[in-house]
Amino acid sequence: MIGTIYNRDKFLNQIASRLNRPRISAPMERTKWKYEPQYEIYKDADQYELLEMLKEHCKKIHTEIFTVDLAGLPEVVNEVVSEYGGGPVVTWKDERFSKWGLDSLMKEKWPSENVDVFEWDYTLWEENVHQAEHANVGITISEITLAESGTVVLFSDKDRGRTVSFLPKTSIILIPKSSLVPRMTQAAVKMREMYQNTGHVSSCINFITGPSNSADIELNLVVGVHGPIKATYIVINDI
Amino acid sequence: MAIKIGTEQFTERVDNGIHDDFMRGAVASAQDGMSMKRKAATTEDLGNWEEWRNHGEEIRQHVLKYLDYYLEQLSENVAKLGGHVFFAQTKEEANEYIRSVVQKKKAKKIVKSKSMMTEEISLNPMLEEEGCEVVETDLGEYILQLDEHDPPSHIVAPALHKNREQVRLVFEKKLGYTKSSNPEELAYQARVTLRKKFLAADIGITGCNFAVAETGSFCLVTNEGNADLVTALPKTQITVMGMERLVPTFEEMEVLVSMLTRNAVGQKLTSYITVLTGPKEELDVDGPEEFHLVIVDNGRSNILGGEFQSVLQCIRCAACINVCPVYRHIGGHSYGSIYPGPIGAVLTPLLGGYDEYKELPYASTLCGACTEVCPVKIPLHNLLHKHREVIVEKEGKAPVSEKLLMKAFGLGAASPTLYKIGSKIVPAAMSPFISGDKISKGPGLLKAWTEIRDFPAPNKERLRDWFKNREKGEKS
Repeated sequence: MIGTIYNRDKFLNQIASRLNRPRISAPMERTKWKYEPQYEIYKDADQYELLEMLKEHCKKIHTEIFTVDLAGLPEVVNEVVSEYGGGPVVTWKDERFSKWGLDSLMKEKWPSENVDVFEWDYTLWEENVHQAEHANVGITISEITLAESGTVVLFSDKDRGRTVSFLPKTSIILIPKSSLVPRMTQAAVKMREMYQNTGHVSSCINFITGPSNSADIELNLVVGVHGPIKATYIVINDI
Repeated sequence: MAIKIGTEQFTERVDNGIHDDFMRGAVASAQDGMSMKRKAATTEDLGNWEEWRNHGEEIRQHVLKYLDYYLEQLSENVAKLGGHVFFAQTKEEANEYIRSVVQKKKAKKIVKSKSMMTEEISLNPMLEEEGCEVVETDLGEYILQLDEHDPPSHIVAPALHKNREQVRLVFEKKLGYTKSSNPEELAYQARVTLRKKFLAADIGITGCNFAVAETGSFCLVTNEGNADLVTALPKTQITVMGMERLVPTFEEMEVLVSMLTRNAVGQKLTSYITVLTGPKEELDVDGPEEFHLVIVDNGRSNILGGEFQSVLQCIRCAACINVCPVYRHIGGHSYGSIYPGPIGAVLTPLLGGYDEYKELPYASTLCGACTEVCPVKIPLHNLLHKHREVIVEKEGKAPVSEKLLMKAFGLGAASPTLYKIGSKIVPAAMSPFISGDKISKGPGLLKAWTEIRDFPAPNKERLRDWFKNREKGEKS
């Protein structure tokens, strides 16, 4: 369905007339900027340095971080969930969980221990949001991870609901080590490439840096306002 | 509330501000804290900070230069995704369109994330008139809303002027809150109350930090994550943006988002930066089914093409507010505008007119601290000076005290005899007001000055006499 555009011509003509020139509508060539300092930052950093940077920054954003090999992943995920007080757990529907060996934990161990696990299922519609709202832990996966700011980037789609990362009380985000880049600059370039290659952008791309917080009362930092109150990153050694 | 806040005159507002000790203390420590964090995140963290500022400036100038082109591209792309775009030249047009959406949806419950633009167009009163419950979900704005719509005093930390005890009292009165004034407990109460509002809302309304022309996207920058819930849960979403708030592509968005978060709160990035593109996709479960983008002019196009155009480069980071010595002393409410500080003193008269806001360009020492920190290099203090020129030359609206002063000075200075007499009698005439070497309670025009600080007593020896004596070989 194509949306409607109202009042455009009058509005844009007014702008052109104020700028004292005819209206510009025809496609323009991409501008060449004179300054581009952003590409220089940490451009030579290797994966090891990026990981160290990420770990360091996590201290400032009230986020715990673990680094594990695939073999150790289920144990760490299980420990963090118990530390957060157990289920209910809600996760995206994502084949990487199984690829990373989490099936036995999510589909056998937890159910046998009465830890409720709910996997996002778009055919159930509203039930998904209801489950996320009542969950204690939400588990998601970072597609791009920004070392400089300790930020994970989540792309939504039918199997990856937006609310899994902010309705549950706590949040666990799995980070493939290969997703590490220096900063938001590289994420923006990648997003633009994805758009140019496919003509498509996820309806919600979320850059999340630690748990939610606010300093609105006397500039006192309060961690955990509307989104999760606690967050843990688990970096998976996939390279 | 439109741009205007409060009904008092400028001098009364300043008087209230200056005598509000808690507010002044809070503002001073906020300014110091935020400025320190800003410095650490900009000049110290990014060695080539000047290059960043140059880039910020060139992006914003480029967008303003081709604004019609980028807005057309943005609207095309939003419509392609199934979103509706309404171009509103006035705030009335914007409100009428939003009213029609609310009526069509038979909406009664609305949640909002922080948006200066919706304050500017007085959206909330219209929605309330329609019988809607409108809930601000940014913690600071929520506190102000509960407290009988107390106006914001800072564009990033709107409830800066309130202390925790005042917040507790508001919560006790309005929410039946029974716990302490500990900010964590207060915030938790807000979380619990607002969570229900998010889940029940028919419409979510947001502002827009930056729209992206190439993809029809826009981004929202928050720490609380409230904008995420406003845009993920209600079935209808309305986003209201000032017409200049856009960039060509994700790449420029990234630069400006970085500059915004570093300058506003000294964070490399805030906790949530949400990039939204169109309504939800067909099989997505959460996200709005219907998306409306309202692009508002409300006086901005009149600024384009003129000598104040650069003020439209603003990315609303408030760095200028956090370094302003005048804001420090008089606080946000004194400006009588939702946009306080140096940016407010430049922008408000342009959007709200000189009749109402002719004093604001004088609420500045022209020290230039604002210009020095502005990440997109708006020459703020030059624009304030330019305002004064316009006010005096074209509008003939200089504030009365300045007019009198200048008239008197002009009269006195024009005649050598009068000047001589004047400068001779000043020390004698002022002697009743002098204690030590300063004047603490001055008469007439000096009154306004000495209410706030002391004025140095005039020297008994005039410069001319001193000079004459010196020529005679006396040392002094």
